[in-house]
Amino acid sequence: MRWSGGGRPYGRPVPEPIPHAWDPLLRFVRSASFRFALLFAGVFSASAVLFALVLWFATAGSLDRQTDAALRTDAYGLVERSREAGPAAVVEAIAERLAADVENHAIYLMIAADGRRLAGNLDRWPVEAEGDGTWAVALVAREGSQVEARTYTIDLDGYRVLIGRDVNEKQRLRELLAEGIAWSAAAAGIFALIGAAVLRRALEHRLRPASQTAQAIAAGDLSRRVPSSGREDEFDRLGESMNAMLDRIDWLMAGIRGVSDSIAHDLRTPIARARAKLEEALADASDADALRAAMEQGITDLDNITRVFEALLRIAEAEAGARRAAFAPIDLVPVLADVAEFYGAVAESRGQSIETDLPERLELVGDRDLLAQAVGNLLDNALKFTPAGGTVRLSAQSRIRDGIEIAVADTGPGLPPEDRARAGERFFRADASRATPGSGLGLSLVLAVAHLHGGELELEDASPGDTPPGLLAVIRLGRA
Amino acid sequence: MRILLVEDDAEVARFVRKGLQETGHVVEHAGNGRDGLFLAASEQFDILVLDRMLPGGVDGVRLVETLRAQGNRTPVLFLSALSAVDERVKGLKAGGDDYLVKPFAFAELLARVEALARRPSVDAPATRLKIADLEMDLLSRTVTRGGKRIEIQPREFRLLEHLLRHAGQVVTRTMLLEKVWDYHFDPQTNVIDVHVSRLRQKVDKGFDKPLIHTVRNAGYMIRAEA
Repeated sequence: MRWSGGGRPYGRPVPEPIPHAWDPLLRFVRSASFRFALLFAGVFSASAVLFALVLWFATAGSLDRQTDAALRTDAYGLVERSREAGPAAVVEAIAERLAADVENHAIYLMIAADGRRLAGNLDRWPVEAEGDGTWAVALVAREGSQVEARTYTIDLDGYRVLIGRDVNEKQRLRELLAEGIAWSAAAAGIFALIGAAVLRRALEHRLRPASQTAQAIAAGDLSRRVPSSGREDEFDRLGESMNAMLDRIDWLMAGIRGVSDSIAHDLRTPIARARAKLEEALADASDADALRAAMEQGITDLDNITRVFEALLRIAEAEAGARRAAFAPIDLVPVLADVAEFYGAVAESRGQSIETDLPERLELVGDRDLLAQAVGNLLDNALKFTPAGGTVRLSAQSRIRDGIEIAVADTGPGLPPEDRARAGERFFRADASRATPGSGLGLSLVLAVAHLHGGELELEDASPGDTPPGLLAVIRLGRA
Repeated sequence: MRILLVEDDAEVARFVRKGLQETGHVVEHAGNGRDGLFLAASEQFDILVLDRMLPGGVDGVRLVETLRAQGNRTPVLFLSALSAVDERVKGLKAGGDDYLVKPFAFAELLARVEALARRPSVDAPATRLKIADLEMDLLSRTVTRGGKRIEIQPREFRLLEHLLRHAGQVVTRTMLLEKVWDYHFDPQTNVIDVHVSRLRQKVDKGFDKPLIHTVRNAGYMIRAEA
């Protein structure tokens, strides 16, 4: 984890835009809540229009269809009469029908081939009405006034018959309907606007906690979290993800703080010691050889400080998850066999031995170098605490439910249960181990590597009940 | 050897330059990436030692990328304060040949510089490596000394092979760790020493003249004369 030096601590500087009179309006128009509101208004208006169209066709349209059906039935009746009893009967039938028409809506006209009027209540044949079986809307002169009529024309053996209905009244009804629809459209428009405004306000209201939290955090208050409305809806889920992200950042920051604290506290001592030794040598060294020896010791001390420093950085790197970039599919078995062979030479030189119990293959996605180092640290630890002639066992197996398990067991003094929880802490060293060399960072790295691979480190007695119990360290890796 | 050192820190540059000159090398120094690139492109060097982060707009990685794009294959050793593995990979991917993290011991730098400059040529792969009466057959994977077969394990074979390929040169513990085991971590214990002493038991024990020598404060070297 590195910080780029200099610059502002929060975000990169943004060039200030030149203020303009239109800016507030532009910002308003560009806002997402405005667009959602606009969308709402659009959908609302569209559904209102659709509703009006359906209403129109269901009423005005149905009136038209009724008129047409009546005219058609009338026409069939007249055709029937003509076929049964000839044109004279038709003239009679028209007169009968006109007499029966109380509402005075019916219009009939029958003319002979020469244009002579035979029956009906029209003075002359309207120009709009043409050949046999045609529909028309005609202006007809009737009782001295022009009225609009829907007409149907039929030919009966040389005679022409026009059947129609006065639709003026229906026209008025239609106008009333149109007026009503216009009013409701205006109302719908107003409702759409009000609804849009309410929606916009609601959206802004629900987003405000998240944006206020983000602003507070940008201003430096990392403890702030997005409050939950308790509705468990999309906004709450957004808030939850933001909070999870913030927790993770907080955790990483704490990790970095932890590393810097550790560096501050635990490197200070060796640095002070190295410095003291050099200063002392400068003051007291009697000859060149003594001075030289002191300087060499100083360099060795500095190298050790660097090693601790590197180890801390590597732990921090693993903890931060930064090394996932180096993840690749690997077979763990040769990695483990190599590490066992690598430390096997050390075991041999001390009269100890490393036994391995490995399966054919263990596939996982991980970081080979870190896994090797983690297992190496466990082996190194185990060898340090195992008496001469002792055996360290490295085994690995794949478990269907728990993923992969890597275990290192020794025959050393083990670790008291009260120390186990602290064993992964940086620089923690159990009292019993103070005499052995070590930085106190080995298990911290193992723990960090296990976490990086979605796993855990567990410490148990290797052979419970025995004295000494020995230590069993198990890395359980997830199937990630 | 003619070495170009591109390093902006004056103290580190002075220390490296002085050390390399004392061991008989000719060192040109550039304090920023642009001058370094100009020198590297216009003159002939045996090796370039580059700081990873340089002022002047051209950093170490960019410098190497530019050179490699021009077909310049001079070996490059990166010096860097960036120790993260991703940074190392980035440096090597750009065309660097080796990567050394600051702070470093001068012996480590020198060993790596000499190893890089005298890298075995890839064109003519050797099938036999030989020093004094020790012979290694890379095809049959056998080792003999004075005509007598030495039983050797695969990893010891690779360790010995690496030493032989750099016969007469210092090979540091970290170099062995990286090149023979491909590990890039601190093994905490003196594991490399144990492996070398085990190899020594097989190669040198019972012979008059030891071939594997310990170089104090640096590493190991295989050579014929004591």
